[in-house]
Amino acid sequence: MIEIDAIDRQIMGALVQDARLSASALGRRLDLSQPATWRRIKRLQDAGVITGQRLVLDAEKLGFGVTVFLGVKLAAKGRVGLEAFERAVSAIPEVQTVQHVLGLYDYRLRVVARDLSDFERVLRRRIMTLPGVGDVEANVLLSEEVRTGPL
Amino acid sequence: MLDDIDRRLLRHLQSEPELPRTDLADRVGITPATCWRRIERLQETGVIKARQAVINWRALGFEVEVSLRITLDKTQPRAFDDFLAAAREVSEVYEIQTFLGRVDVRLNILARDMAHYQTLYRDKILGLPHIADIQALMLVANVKSTPGLPL
Repeated sequence: MIEIDAIDRQIMGALVQDARLSASALGRRLDLSQPATWRRIKRLQDAGVITGQRLVLDAEKLGFGVTVFLGVKLAAKGRVGLEAFERAVSAIPEVQTVQHVLGLYDYRLRVVARDLSDFERVLRRRIMTLPGVGDVEANVLLSEEVRTGPL
Repeated sequence: MLDDIDRRLLRHLQSEPELPRTDLADRVGITPATCWRRIERLQETGVIKARQAVINWRALGFEVEVSLRITLDKTQPRAFDDFLAAAREVSEVYEIQTFLGRVDVRLNILARDMAHYQTLYRDKILGLPHIADIQALMLVANVKSTPGLPL
């Protein structure tokens, strides 16, 4: 496992906020030379710590006013059941993330929709008809903040 | 207002954020100058909110990811504010979401292993104010993780 120091943490913290920061801008902020900063970024990338970039879009401005998290319990289990469910649920475009979890539910889904009636359509026509789906709980997202995490 | 070209641009940029501008322009079928102007405008109008570096926590030794579904004691008028302010102080919390539904708040937390999780849970999470109930979901696997919008 890669060893990281306080400067690496600062670099990661800054890039999580804005991945477009250049090595020289970042270096100025941390009082490092451009090549030294670049080498550190490169090392973090090579070690698989920084894996890429993510574009953050304003869902509301693009017409997606509702985000709902669904907890799904499968009615019929067994290997085939899980695989069929995972394949089918991953193919739904409105489903942004699918997580296999342990606990009260088997899967957690993040679903976007234009509005509540659009969400109802997705839920009824796409989710409830999935193979093996049992109990479903929905929670409508009100706010969300992403922290830098344990850096 | 967004037109079809903007949508196409965002679709490509969303799936490959690091694609060079000239390649992006090619795929969308516009000139690099137009492509650049459009991206600038999408950023100025806030449709593109940010570009973030993606961190692989496993590579840093954080093997355990748990989602805590929390119900708050709503007889306390400041339950949400107090709870959220205290949760922001816990560095292992990397995502905070609030909901309308059976769950009030969800904290996504990262731990090195189960022993670390246990300490974290007892010392930092259970001490957060106004908790009425907690349920934990432990992440087994990310089946689909494209936080993209179905544009």
